[in-house]
Amino acid sequence: MADLLQILTMAVTVGSLYALIALGYTMVYGILKFINFAHSDVVVLGAWGSFFFAAALLPRMGFGTPLPWWAGGMALLFAMALCGLTGFLIERFAYRPLRGAPRLNVLITAIGVSLFLQNAGQLQFTLVRGDDTAQPPAPALRLPFGTQPQRMPTLLPDQDLLVIGEGQSTARLGSLDVVIIATALALMVLLDLLVRRTKFGMAMRAVSFNTDSAALMGVPVNRVISMTFVLGAVLAAAAGFLYVLKFPTVQQTAHPTWVLVGLKAFVAAVVGGIGNLRGAVLGGFLIAFAEQFGESYLQKYLGSGLKDVYVFSALILVLLVRPTGILGSPLREKV
Amino acid sequence: MPLLEVRDLCVKYGAIPALHGLSLSVEAGQIVTLIGCNGAGKTTTLRTISGLLRPSGGSITFNGAPIHTLSTDGIVRLGIAQAPEGRGIFGNLTVDENLSLGAFARRDRAGIAKDREWALQLFPRLRERLRQNAGTLSGGEQQMLAIARSVLARPRLLLLDEPSLGLAPQIVQTIFHIIRTIREERGTTILLVEQNAHMALHTADYAYVLEVGRIAMHGPAARLAASDAVRKAYLGVA
Repeated sequence: MADLLQILTMAVTVGSLYALIALGYTMVYGILKFINFAHSDVVVLGAWGSFFFAAALLPRMGFGTPLPWWAGGMALLFAMALCGLTGFLIERFAYRPLRGAPRLNVLITAIGVSLFLQNAGQLQFTLVRGDDTAQPPAPALRLPFGTQPQRMPTLLPDQDLLVIGEGQSTARLGSLDVVIIATALALMVLLDLLVRRTKFGMAMRAVSFNTDSAALMGVPVNRVISMTFVLGAVLAAAAGFLYVLKFPTVQQTAHPTWVLVGLKAFVAAVVGGIGNLRGAVLGGFLIAFAEQFGESYLQKYLGSGLKDVYVFSALILVLLVRPTGILGSPLREKV
Repeated sequence: MPLLEVRDLCVKYGAIPALHGLSLSVEAGQIVTLIGCNGAGKTTTLRTISGLLRPSGGSITFNGAPIHTLSTDGIVRLGIAQAPEGRGIFGNLTVDENLSLGAFARRDRAGIAKDREWALQLFPRLRERLRQNAGTLSGGEQQMLAIARSVLARPRLLLLDEPSLGLAPQIVQTIFHIIRTIREERGTTILLVEQNAHMALHTADYAYVLEVGRIAMHGPAARLAASDAVRKAYLGVA
């Protein structure tokens, strides 16, 4: 019982992260019909951005350990702003010039942007030199990327909210899990309201159905596309931030951990039906459940370390039964 | 000065020219029709006027100002709406949302509400289906929605691309009746592209005949309808 609860907590926590990332893939696909492979690198930027904020920017501004209570929220906002801007620039300068080009060209460009971000993220340089003579001393402000893993400072205390069971089989629900799940769910509800209830959301849905027709209604298509990238990047930033709260080792930008997180979120978007927002959320949780429950319950039959196998098996199974994903619309020919 | 003036318009798809030196003008308050066969360039002409295609030569002026370099949404804001070929309905949105999108560029809530009411009176069928996904409408209803939606933009010039395509004769009659009503009650200038030359010439004041990318003939619609060449080629009279 306690085991089950523990796995469930983990699956929901990880699932909400996958869901946040999957939303970005699916939104861009819904509008431009291509996979933005650089999306997972924006997640990494969100992680490193929040690390930079908490470990370099705040100390430089005179807030040392313990970090003030608002540091977490500010780090999130900082990462969102940074990633939102990056998402905007990626669309504006890498993808928009290729708007009329064959889709394959855009896809390859996306892979290029991804590689660029992964490698640029391993550079390291100093923005502002330190000053020991200042009162209080001002540490150097380094862009903290580089090739070495870093440890994310503790932004939020992880208190036990609920502990069940004893000894080997205990389940605990930490406050961190609750914060992660609540933040992710709040963002998803906000996005859903934005897409379904606002004029901008209506324009987004119109562009994704038929771009030319939306333009004929007076919808500024380019602005809608820009905003879609910004929204996706903002959600990616939140996912990156929440990820390093939960798993505080911040790996270098091309590390397989990140590649796998991005890939699984992409799988989640496909499983849910790419282009469908609710499908992306559903897929995110489904993938996380396959991963966590598979690892726990199939371990004694198949051995450990097969998390990723369960994820991709789930993908294959779903696609065999529903080739367009669970909530994906069946392929239709235009008449 | 005509409301819309197209001069020596050239449009290419890649290396293949679709229009070579097309000129036409639309006077304010008129219904002007552009008729021609499949592939003559009718849809290309409308898409270029709306800024969905860029001309390789020539000019388009609206109300005296050149518009052929503007973006599509900019052109809509100047007062040119289009109900495109194939209707361009957003099947994933409700009928109501489709109508709201028609008024996307407008800010005057009261005016929009009034025009919406006017359009729904014109098409009572749409009122019954406001909450329904537009993708579930029949072809005729979709065409009605496309026209109602373009009226909600309160355009000075309305471009209609083959509104009768694929519709039952009864509904075709209704649609053409409504086109005349829009001009009479709203004073909207209309450029109507049609393959149904008979109905188009019967409805329009002035007509252009398009043949492989250029204007072959033009004149008052009644006169073209009576001319032997048009009767033979487009009206099916031997």
